[in-house]
Amino acid sequence: MPSFPQYLTAEQENELRRIANAIVAPGKGILAADESTGTIGKRFASIGVENTEENRRCYRELLFTADASVAENISGVILFHETFYQKTKDGTPFVKILKDKGIISGIKVDKGVVPLAGTDGESTTQGLDSLSERCAQYKKDGADFAKWRCVLKIGAHTPTYQAMFENGNVLARYASICQQNGLVPIVEPEVLCDGDHDLETAQKVTEQVLAFTYKALADHHVFLEGTLLKPNMVTAGQSCPKKYTAEQNGKATVVALSRGVPAAVPGITFLSGGQSEEDSTLNLNAINNAPGPKPWALTFSFGRALQASVLKAWQGKKENVKAAQEQLLVRAKANGLAAMGKFQGGQSGKASGESLFVANHSY
Amino acid sequence: FSRVNMPVFPQYLTPKQEEELRNIANAIVAPGKGILAADESTGSIGKRFAPINVENSEENRRRYRDLLFSTDKSLAENISGVIMFHETFYQKTKDGTPFTKVLQDKGIIPGIKVDKGVVPLAGTEDECTTQGLDGLSERCAQYKKDGAQFAKWRCVLKIQQYTPSYQAMLENANVLARYASICQQNGLVPIVEPEVLPDGEHDLETAQKVTEQVLAFTYKALADHHVYLEGTLLKPNMVTAGMSCTKKFSKEDNARATILALSRTVPPAVPGVTFLSGGQSEEDATQNLNLINAIKGPKPWALTFSFGRALQASVLKVWEGKDENVAKAQAELITRAKANGLAAVGKYQGGLDSAAGGQSLFVAQHAY
Repeated sequence: MPSFPQYLTAEQENELRRIANAIVAPGKGILAADESTGTIGKRFASIGVENTEENRRCYRELLFTADASVAENISGVILFHETFYQKTKDGTPFVKILKDKGIISGIKVDKGVVPLAGTDGESTTQGLDSLSERCAQYKKDGADFAKWRCVLKIGAHTPTYQAMFENGNVLARYASICQQNGLVPIVEPEVLCDGDHDLETAQKVTEQVLAFTYKALADHHVFLEGTLLKPNMVTAGQSCPKKYTAEQNGKATVVALSRGVPAAVPGITFLSGGQSEEDSTLNLNAINNAPGPKPWALTFSFGRALQASVLKAWQGKKENVKAAQEQLLVRAKANGLAAMGKFQGGQSGKASGESLFVANHSY
Repeated sequence: FSRVNMPVFPQYLTPKQEEELRNIANAIVAPGKGILAADESTGSIGKRFAPINVENSEENRRRYRDLLFSTDKSLAENISGVIMFHETFYQKTKDGTPFTKVLQDKGIIPGIKVDKGVVPLAGTEDECTTQGLDGLSERCAQYKKDGAQFAKWRCVLKIQQYTPSYQAMLENANVLARYASICQQNGLVPIVEPEVLPDGEHDLETAQKVTEQVLAFTYKALADHHVYLEGTLLKPNMVTAGMSCTKKFSKEDNARATILALSRTVPPAVPGVTFLSGGQSEEDATQNLNLINAIKGPKPWALTFSFGRALQASVLKVWEGKDENVAKAQAELITRAKANGLAAVGKYQGGLDSAAGGQSLFVAQHAY
């Protein structure tokens, strides 16, 4: 008979499954606070804060020392390498602060996008070198999940077979290595919202990308029950002249996922992309209210859409920390409700309606 | 507005066509219902007739299917559709009523087997693909006109030391996707059947892993060929160890392995899974189906039956080719249909005894 060597023990499978399920527990989702040094600089620039290591530390301390009730809606936080090893002013590692609140620490492990020669501006993502050793160390130091972002673009002739195949494959290699080291891999095949394509096109491209992704995960023997998916919501391009409702977006998203994501995947943690805080929450809510089949949890892994109001309230000033933390609690609660399809609207923050779109967002 | 900056996905099914396909598929897997696979080719039905000493003549084949389709209309409570072979599709009752009409009048949907059998893949270890694509569109259009609403195409994969190979999995998935695409263009719901044979001594885990691989190839091919999943059905094998495996597994083990394999590969958009019975006895097939429905797991699709041998073994045994046994034989069909209807909703209590209930119906290397 063909041979299928065991590559995860039952104990390892149970641990991965437990972590994945905890991340997508009802009413909970992820705070994506893993902006790289360059990217967080862009966020700071808009509020006139200097991009120093201390400021980055200060800002993440603000986020992680928010009231313990934040854990009612935030199950996990994704961190950048530098942040993962930072501490509060009194010397407590951030990872411990989060753990004491019952929040799971995650680590971004990819090393950014690189171009695919011969394509029309397409990319793959690097970071596989020594990934196993890095994962083992992160696991020792308190991480229980990881994240890796791939990017696909909708253009006249993209995404190409090459880009979809390559990105599907590199996501599968990353996922396989993570699981070997006890980390739940969050698989992120983001289809950018740049462009003037309509909703139907976004849906069809997302379906294609997901088909390549899950075929690669199957080929690389990834244990699906111990993974999460972080896809884009299906929306028309940013410059599409036709406008669609949250309900239409929700329906298109669920159709795409039902055609591409096996039921064994415990949960889907949507990225917010360039959407405003309020739109992200409304769309997540619409997704949870759209007709099924929806056998996976449908929740959030938001970066900008959880932090825009926080940054705006903070302005880099110590005296604003409490007010800024309040904003985080408001957005977390709103998204927690949306993750159960129960968001009623109107939980406004300082930046809730502002579009957070950054063209060609590579990192 | 301009479409120069986005990829093109030409429309290949109108919303009306999608709706029709979706409605047919959902009707086939309605709660408590499943399919009677009565599409044995001329050669295969001969093998069923031989043990009961019935001559394999066209008239006997017609008489036998007449028996099945003229069963009391309560059969339709548990049989939503019947798959037929080409010859049968155009046959009639003694009084000249087409079989398709007899079925339609009972509210049973006619289906048609459209593949033309397995052929070898040169250079492989006895692997095969399935032929039948030539002129398929025209054939489907005609069957649709003549009353068919769904079709079926069987591919076969084998578990041996080095098989199924990448080539066999890729090729069979691709041909299934081409078949499915053509069916949908012609208003027929394609039942996609990538059967992993139970021949061999492999254990349950191996059967599960191979089934997962085969299904992954299948659904990638369907995606690549733009098959409208909501208007398809899957007809897979249940996951069981090889027939010659020395280790025995419980029905619960089988059910768990089956759900695991499906949950990892079959998109939720697929409305239903209609299991083949393979070589299982009537009672085993029903009990296995029941457990598949009863156990916990992510199961967003209907899980029901498309049984050939496991619905007909007792019928044939009782009939023996004799007119005076027809009513009793039809009663056997109703018994098995009811049992499987209950199993399809996880409510089978067992003990619905049939003439051939426990007999293994395994045929080695079942090609057709």
